[in-house]
Amino acid sequence: MKRPSLEERIIAARKAGRFAKVPFITAGFPDEERFCRAVVELDANGADIIEIGIPFSDPVADGPVVEDASRRVLEKGMTLHRTLDLLRPLAADLQAGLVFMGYYNPFLQYGLERLADDSAAMGVQGFIVPDLPLEESGPMRKALDARGIDLIALVGPNTGDERMREYAGTARGYVYVVSTLGTTGVRKNLPPEAEHTVGRARNAFRVPVALGFGLSHPDQVRAMADPPDVLVFGSSLLRHLDAGGSAAEYMERWAAV
Amino acid sequence: MKTEQRKGYFGQFGGQFIPELLMPPLNELEEACRTIMPGEAFRRELDTLLSEFAGRPTPLTRCDTLSKQLGFTLWLKREDLLHTGAHKVNNTLGQALLAKHMGKTRLVAETGAGQHGVATAAAAARLGLECTVFMGQTDIERQASNVARMKLLGAKVIPAVSGTKTLKDAINEALRHWIVEQKTTHYCFGTAAGPHPFPTLVRDLQTVIGRETKARMRELIGRLPDAVLACVGGGSNAIGMFHPFATDPEAANVRLIGVEAGGTGEKGCYNSAPLNLGTPGTLHGQYSMLLQDEDGQVQPSHSVSAGLDYPGVGPEHAFFQSTGRVEYRIITDDGALRAFQTLSKAEGIIPALESSHALAWVLENPGAFPADGHVVVNLSGRGDKDMDIIAAHLPHIFANDQGGAA
Repeated sequence: MKRPSLEERIIAARKAGRFAKVPFITAGFPDEERFCRAVVELDANGADIIEIGIPFSDPVADGPVVEDASRRVLEKGMTLHRTLDLLRPLAADLQAGLVFMGYYNPFLQYGLERLADDSAAMGVQGFIVPDLPLEESGPMRKALDARGIDLIALVGPNTGDERMREYAGTARGYVYVVSTLGTTGVRKNLPPEAEHTVGRARNAFRVPVALGFGLSHPDQVRAMADPPDVLVFGSSLLRHLDAGGSAAEYMERWAAV
Repeated sequence: MKTEQRKGYFGQFGGQFIPELLMPPLNELEEACRTIMPGEAFRRELDTLLSEFAGRPTPLTRCDTLSKQLGFTLWLKREDLLHTGAHKVNNTLGQALLAKHMGKTRLVAETGAGQHGVATAAAAARLGLECTVFMGQTDIERQASNVARMKLLGAKVIPAVSGTKTLKDAINEALRHWIVEQKTTHYCFGTAAGPHPFPTLVRDLQTVIGRETKARMRELIGRLPDAVLACVGGGSNAIGMFHPFATDPEAANVRLIGVEAGGTGEKGCYNSAPLNLGTPGTLHGQYSMLLQDEDGQVQPSHSVSAGLDYPGVGPEHAFFQSTGRVEYRIITDDGALRAFQTLSKAEGIIPALESSHALAWVLENPGAFPADGHVVVNLSGRGDKDMDIIAAHLPHIFANDQGGAA
């Protein structure tokens, strides 16, 4: 059976009257065994797509929670190769789509063609690269396109309408709207411009709209008149896991939306 | 000759590997570089700041004692005589003035040892801008006097507590801060590296070093020198010195040598020589030579000289290395410490440990230069700031001589 595309997964969730849910977890966090268990639990408890964070020594777009997770797994020897090895035996049984989110240099050093081959072979369907703006994205997009993998665009409150349309020209999968001018991390309230940015992205892009950076609770999106299609949450999940909680109980928080 | 071919690229090096959220301020800065910097008003104000606040032009000093020993004439370009003690102020005055013309009210900067932080704080104070400096927690502890200088100049110093808690992490924190504060704030980047347009902007503000050197050499000896050397960390003093030579057909025979910091030089130990010992990769917005492991994780760097202690290097140096126009060599901590003492005793000038690397290559390789020729070393900074490091490495200098109690 053909796996549904990332876009099809999101459309299916919206048709069922709910948001598509995308938890983010740093590869190998808090340790390899608990990471693998968390991926399986996220899959079984409502994740439509799972974003796997590939650790990097210098994560400029990340706040303290994701950066700390990244540093800790690197200290234990986590690498991109090891991430692929950990996920390979799990991937075939996952219902959710798999997306890799990571900085460009580890991907570049692995080799873009080889990365696309190895990722496609185990069913990875998308990549998000937070330090690869449109102008630099050509080589990676070319490698991914050839294997039917989506390179997912990131836009934010300071991305103008014209710039969004430029991104829209090559957008696949979904577009990731960054809620605020800031880094990843838990925020109590989303800034008012988040909803406005989601609306502008909806006008500019044909693909579904995801919202992330600061999401920790469904109340943050319940009040929105023009909500996104996809909710991405990372730091709050990492914190929950780090405190000894399970991914299954974390996902309950989001079950109602 | 233009070294920038594709926008923001020098050959295959450079680019803008940076979050989309930073593209609008980078585009705004690029626009300001194109429209404000060439303007008459900006040029005049900057020239006045450089001459009356910073102390330009700086002299070329002939080293009479060392020249006799070496068999050729050694000249020093005296950036150490500038206000705040190094070439850094050429860049910070230019960027602070540009920020002001852009309507920004604040500067944010990173600093390693504190030299760029002090130069930024001084420029901000002079031009009435607020200033925030990120500095690695480890560096704050080992460079207390520069922290005090920045504070005295009115800057707020924020410790970078992430990662290795040194310069590269201070850059990460400053970039994150800039994402949030981009409306009011200019990021006064300290070296000719980072995302476009910084490598070009910082270079253009530092080429005053090379232009003055060429003009003064012609006055003093009636021609250009045979060789020019500069130390390379991020590479701003070196690109400022080299670029006017490398792009001038009349200077095609001038040998250009950049000197990287080899650290202790022991096998397997950390160093700060990405051009010689690194591989191409992306960090802090640029594709350039980089110290990294095979997984693409950035390696910590090491040098006795804090100003060279950085795992990356500006993309135009990687380009000049690829074309062969500039040679890049390595000097270890020991070599730099020896040159530091040699220059102090022979010529009465205490050089920065950074600049001591460039000087050391000349002292260790006199046969590389033509007899009776002329060699210029860019003395990018003064060594007063290095006394604590010298005390740790050369304790005999600080030891009380017999009966020396006063």
